[in-house]
Amino acid sequence: MSLTRQDVEKIARLARLSITETEMPVYVTSLSSIVDFVADLSRVETDRVEPMAHPLEGQRQRLRADAVSETDHHEKYQANAPQVQAGLYVVPRVIE
Amino acid sequence: MLHTLSIGELARRLAAREISSLELTRHFLERIERLNPSLNAVITLTADQALAAARAADLRLGAGERGRLLGIPLIHKDIFCTDGVRTSCGSRMLDNFISPYDATIVTRLKAAGTVMLGKSNMDEFAMGSSNETSYYGPVKNPWDTTKVPGGSSGGSSAASAARLAPFTTGTDTGGSIRQPAALTGVTGVKPTYGRVSRYGMIAFASSLDQAGVLARSAEDAAAVLAVMAGFDPRDSTSVDAPVPDYPALLDAPLKGLKIGLLREFFDGLESRNAALIREALGVYTSMGAETVEVSLPHLPLSVPTYYVVAPAECSSNLSRFDGVRFGYRCEQPKDLKDLYERSRGEGFGPEVKRRIMTGTYVLSAGYFDAYYLKAQKVRRLITDDFRAAFEKVDLVVGPTTPTPAFAIGAKIDDPVTMYLNDIYTIGANLAGLPGISAPCGFVDGLPVGMQLIGPHFSEARLLSAAHHFQRATDWHLKTPGGYQ
Repeated sequence: MSLTRQDVEKIARLARLSITETEMPVYVTSLSSIVDFVADLSRVETDRVEPMAHPLEGQRQRLRADAVSETDHHEKYQANAPQVQAGLYVVPRVIE
Repeated sequence: MLHTLSIGELARRLAAREISSLELTRHFLERIERLNPSLNAVITLTADQALAAARAADLRLGAGERGRLLGIPLIHKDIFCTDGVRTSCGSRMLDNFISPYDATIVTRLKAAGTVMLGKSNMDEFAMGSSNETSYYGPVKNPWDTTKVPGGSSGGSSAASAARLAPFTTGTDTGGSIRQPAALTGVTGVKPTYGRVSRYGMIAFASSLDQAGVLARSAEDAAAVLAVMAGFDPRDSTSVDAPVPDYPALLDAPLKGLKIGLLREFFDGLESRNAALIREALGVYTSMGAETVEVSLPHLPLSVPTYYVVAPAECSSNLSRFDGVRFGYRCEQPKDLKDLYERSRGEGFGPEVKRRIMTGTYVLSAGYFDAYYLKAQKVRRLITDDFRAAFEKVDLVVGPTTPTPAFAIGAKIDDPVTMYLNDIYTIGANLAGLPGISAPCGFVDGLPVGMQLIGPHFSEARLLSAAHHFQRATDWHLKTPGGYQ
């Protein structure tokens, strides 16, 4: 198995995902088989190949004028929030 | 039957006031009510809004306005944000999310006078090839309800095949329009990357995602794509290039068209599927096209490449789902870390979590070069292979999927087996190329699709090629029993 339980626990922590005790072995197996599958890529000769982040050549990040184009809709957008107070999103206390 | 008519014929009858958009809408709403329970294709019905939109379209028609899609009903894949209507992306994470805005393609189709009947089921966050990962349950294939319709646009493909709407919208990141179109016998179009706006389309893999259409024919799809496509300043990857009048270009002569037969496509293909693709190619040569053998030597690496790039991008895109501003939040979080971990752990299904974790792994320190950077280099090799092929041929034709629809539950336990369903479709996403799947026959009563892939921005030629095939054959007119 290419990934250990500790590997998966670390990845889950980085990804901020809780994995239950029962789920853990299933993820270790399936993630290991995926990692083994994609390891095929190491066989390919790519020393002088440029990485490609984007499928279309010549695209540039478009810029626009620094002028206001949106108006305040915060009440509409915050209607989906689990908890809001005075226009702020409420979460458990972070700082003691 | 209203539901077996083409969009062109429906538009003609609406313009001639032989039928009203209201009647047409009621017809499809009744079909959904009666037929959807056996399919689970539609997960949110917007009947009241549909009737209001139909009345508005009828007023526009009455005032003399004409348009290819004016008064035509549709169903949107539940990945497109729709103002005031739940947009779930097939996930518990967004089960309670009422979108506060419309995606650009929703706005465009609304402006053209379409009538939204509802939102279709899909694999969760567009991750899947069978529509079995949805929080809302699997979608059934109308040709055999023990089989999958494909995914991730499974609800849209099943709805189009069962004629619950004249057309549906979908998205394609690794094949999610073309593969379900093939498994349900409809025509699915994935445009060139950048052709259609991604604004308001919930992001999975930003360098691969593209919106498109699933319809009864290339002719119908052309009318829809003409409205959906075009530059959008709100999408930073949208291409500022004019949109051809696709419907007007469908009848461009086929003679002399050079079709590439991809050697790598036929290796290992199930023999009856292969026979149907060869017959389809025979139809093309009888119409004056020539076939040329081409090879894309790096194409077999497209699946492992995709399963590094797409998860990496999704791990970044899905980090916004944190239980803070919208979406699912766990009960009684102990602290912020618990809030994030349990909201995400409980809100996401297993396939989504697998892909987020795969992505996190390949981007993590110590593995970035070996996996992600490597995959980006192989991506370039695959793209260069296509470019070289298109110097010799106008388009490539081959199968869309390795087999027809498989049984629900048959492949869901092993992720890698499921991933191999996309073996023929993924290359086009990596290279940003347009692709179409069109029905070309049946194996054991299940539809088989043929795929056409072209160079960037060759949608007009692809649609025309598919259209010529559909004028010479009638696979695309077949309707599943029980949904006629």
